[in-house]
Amino acid sequence: MKLLESNSLQIKKKIVSRELHSTDIVRHLFERIKNLEPDIQAYITTTEEEALKKAIEIDKKIENNQQVGLLAGIPIAIKDNICTKNISTTCASKILKDFMPPYDAFVTKRLKEEDAIIIGKTNLDEFAMGSSTENSRYKITRNPWNVEYVPGGSSGGSAAAVAADMAFMALGSDTGGSVRQPAALCGIVGVKPTYGRVSRYGLVAFGSSLDQIGTLTKNVKDAAVLLQVIAGYDPRDSTSLQVPVPDYLDNINSGVNGLRIGIPNEYFTEGLHSDVNKAIKDALKIYEKLGANIVYLSLPHTEYAVAVYYIVANAEASSNLARYDGVRYGHRTNNARGIIDMYSRTRSEGFGSEVKRRIMLGNYALSSGYYDAYYLKASKVRTLIKNDFDNAFEKIDCIICPTSPVPGFKVGERANNPLQMYLSDIYTIPANLAGIPGISIPCGFSSDGLPIGMQILGKHFEEKRLLQIAYAFEQETDFHLKKPALRVPLRQR
Amino acid sequence: MEYEVVIGLETHAELSTVTKLFCGCSTQFGVEPNTQVCPVCLGMPGILPVMNRKAFEYALKLAVALSCEINRFTNFDRKSYYYPDLPKNYQISQNYYNLGVNGYMNIEVNGNVKKIRIHNVHLEEEAGKLIHPEEIGADYSLVDFNRAGVPLLEIVSHPDMRNVDEVESYMQTLRKILLYTEVSDCKMQEGSLRFEASISLREKGSDKLGNRVEIKNLNSMKSVIKAIEYETVRQGRLLDKGATIARETRLWDEVAERSEHMRSKEDAQDYRYFPEPDLLPVLIDEKWLHAIKDTIPELPLDRKQRFMEIFKLSDYDAGILIEEKALADFFEACVKILDRPKALSNWIINDLLREVKDRKLDIYNLPIKPQQLAALVEIIEKGTISSTIAKEVFSEMIQAGKAPQAIIEEKKLAQISDENLIELVINKVIANNPNVIEDYKKGKKNALAFLVGQAMKETKGKANPKVLNELLQKKVNT
Repeated sequence: MKLLESNSLQIKKKIVSRELHSTDIVRHLFERIKNLEPDIQAYITTTEEEALKKAIEIDKKIENNQQVGLLAGIPIAIKDNICTKNISTTCASKILKDFMPPYDAFVTKRLKEEDAIIIGKTNLDEFAMGSSTENSRYKITRNPWNVEYVPGGSSGGSAAAVAADMAFMALGSDTGGSVRQPAALCGIVGVKPTYGRVSRYGLVAFGSSLDQIGTLTKNVKDAAVLLQVIAGYDPRDSTSLQVPVPDYLDNINSGVNGLRIGIPNEYFTEGLHSDVNKAIKDALKIYEKLGANIVYLSLPHTEYAVAVYYIVANAEASSNLARYDGVRYGHRTNNARGIIDMYSRTRSEGFGSEVKRRIMLGNYALSSGYYDAYYLKASKVRTLIKNDFDNAFEKIDCIICPTSPVPGFKVGERANNPLQMYLSDIYTIPANLAGIPGISIPCGFSSDGLPIGMQILGKHFEEKRLLQIAYAFEQETDFHLKKPALRVPLRQR
Repeated sequence: MEYEVVIGLETHAELSTVTKLFCGCSTQFGVEPNTQVCPVCLGMPGILPVMNRKAFEYALKLAVALSCEINRFTNFDRKSYYYPDLPKNYQISQNYYNLGVNGYMNIEVNGNVKKIRIHNVHLEEEAGKLIHPEEIGADYSLVDFNRAGVPLLEIVSHPDMRNVDEVESYMQTLRKILLYTEVSDCKMQEGSLRFEASISLREKGSDKLGNRVEIKNLNSMKSVIKAIEYETVRQGRLLDKGATIARETRLWDEVAERSEHMRSKEDAQDYRYFPEPDLLPVLIDEKWLHAIKDTIPELPLDRKQRFMEIFKLSDYDAGILIEEKALADFFEACVKILDRPKALSNWIINDLLREVKDRKLDIYNLPIKPQQLAALVEIIEKGTISSTIAKEVFSEMIQAGKAPQAIIEEKKLAQISDENLIELVINKVIANNPNVIEDYKKGKKNALAFLVGQAMKETKGKANPKVLNELLQKKVNT
């Protein structure tokens, strides 16, 4: 097997056992990135020099028999809305072009502490607002399985990089499905942890009550290890919770015998692509074979989820993005007359159209006279959606459903139809509204050869159980081992 | 037409915590611009607030002191508006669940107590400060974020005040409560205590409220009073002409002593309040509330009443003593040592406060200890020194910070009561003034006073006046 196709744990094992040098892997990887980047466009920034420096340090540690961290020598990519000290963090926006945070996000700090090698910052929809990574102000990331297709979004850069073996693992953020949906569309594993499981300190806020940092990996065990590193309480994030972090790898093979899997009727309706429907149904047969029981159930408030989400997320976003005003950092217009004009020009120039649309929608929902009808009402319905899950989890252990209603869509296909774009997240949004964890794993391919993702949702803080359930399926199948046909750089084909 | 003025006040008090409301930056006043800042109070991307528990407890303490109902579930809300001194372009404040509601404060005007209702007390973060360059034609302004994020308490009264005396008393009483509870240092010159007034006029006897005008930029209590007086006249004239009062916000111009239109009600900003998702709601349980209640000291008006009842002080004296908590504490410490409240109160009000004024002493850090003042009064009562000498001793105590006994010994100021010694002095004085004795014997009674004066002069004022008088009488009458 080719070196770069290995998963993270395999690579780490080889480095720690001195079979391979960390530096060699980094060099190989950057060679591949250079070859594939023109076609995939996964990265906004790459940090080859710093990565090599870190690799040398790790090789030295191993040579001197020093203890190394959980992610020793693993090259990892970080979504460009997660702050990295002295590495630009743009959120794929012009307004934060050249913004250099003087601090690390909690998760960045954790990666460094565990000896991961940060190789670059990945592309996303501007401020994570989108489901296709087409809303980036810098580049459009392509799906490695078919470059005419989007990789999903907003963590499309991270997903494409991992799927194309341009990174061994990656961090993303998930506000309404932005980790799980691109993981599904790129055929990899994506975990959105429970809200409060991973500190948001240093994650540039989009929808503060929904945002959660998640993992994008080549398989379930890699996800377990990466989650192990980033999970935990952080006093700098008041919404992170003091719940002990279990050992996610321990007993990961405990199986699904007797597991009660809930199938929500509302998730299998007319909008669902037949290939996706079939792949999920096939997957359920595997689970049944493994001893799990299927329980059909109802999540009655599902139909309101997308509407609730776009009110809550946009309201929070309109406020979170108010700070980009040209006063203290980031872009400032060159020609302004007075302060109001400076604000207006700076923001007009700095933000792209989707971001502007959401700021306007959010401000509208919060305006005096509309607050009760929109934001307050949405908050109440959000509680109903959460109650749906709480009720369901009294009878079942997890929910299985599609991650995305379609296997994928082409670049430009939905770009001019925001509503259709918003519906891409119809199956992922409810988990964010309820704050529950979810994982998307590869479960098949469409007739066009695009990967299909299956979503498993669980109770708050039951990531460990979700990983066990996902791992059981992964052991029975080889979808996660399939690689896109990107052996040769596309330009040379 | 005769009008009644209806006044409500909004008070902002910076809390005296060591660090800011949502980060660990220092709140120290008057340092180099932008040296007490961090990613949190600068509103950098991805940064989150963490609440300062102490600040919350201070706010809670004041809400309790103002007899508010405490919302057991409170949270913070974002108040959105664009201004360069507001780093996030929203202020973390409270709107939907204020910390305290429906409170009141008793104020005293001309000996009568009036209850002013408090609409709400809530906690929020302070903004930074814009600095406009003095150079002519400058096309920029600077901003200092040192104050940004300092905890700020907002106290909103009902429109329960009817004249400037009540307003004055409200401001003074509130200031005293803030100082007594030690939640704010109330330094108006540093902006840690600020007021905004809302004023409306209505026909006397009417119970309908008139259109309200809000006045901002009131930099001192004096400005508040002047602005209200100005606004009363302005609105009265308009109403006399049959005009309606526009609901607006006006800015007070301290130099010109007049208010100017700032914005009308229609232009009022929509703050788009919504619950702050980065902070958890705060639940206040019985235990916490009790602990807070235990830290609240006796409030100024209660203390005044007690001083009048227990120590039999006059309304005036008690009023002066409670004006500053430190002074009242000093007084009580003295009384605890020596049960002579009237004498001690006189010394504090007449002598100590004069020294404080003349020497610009810090009342919270006096050079004299309660034991020392009590000792001085005791010494006077024992007759060791006269009250005239006592003034001298007191002045020395303040300057040197020494105990009265030490000063008396050092300067040999003790009163001479020894009859033999005094007799010697009297003999000398009589010998030196034979014609005065003659005059006295001729019936000039006040000649004796001259001799007393001479004897005092001879003893440098230390002769016990009672003994001296008696002996002299005896001498000249035999």
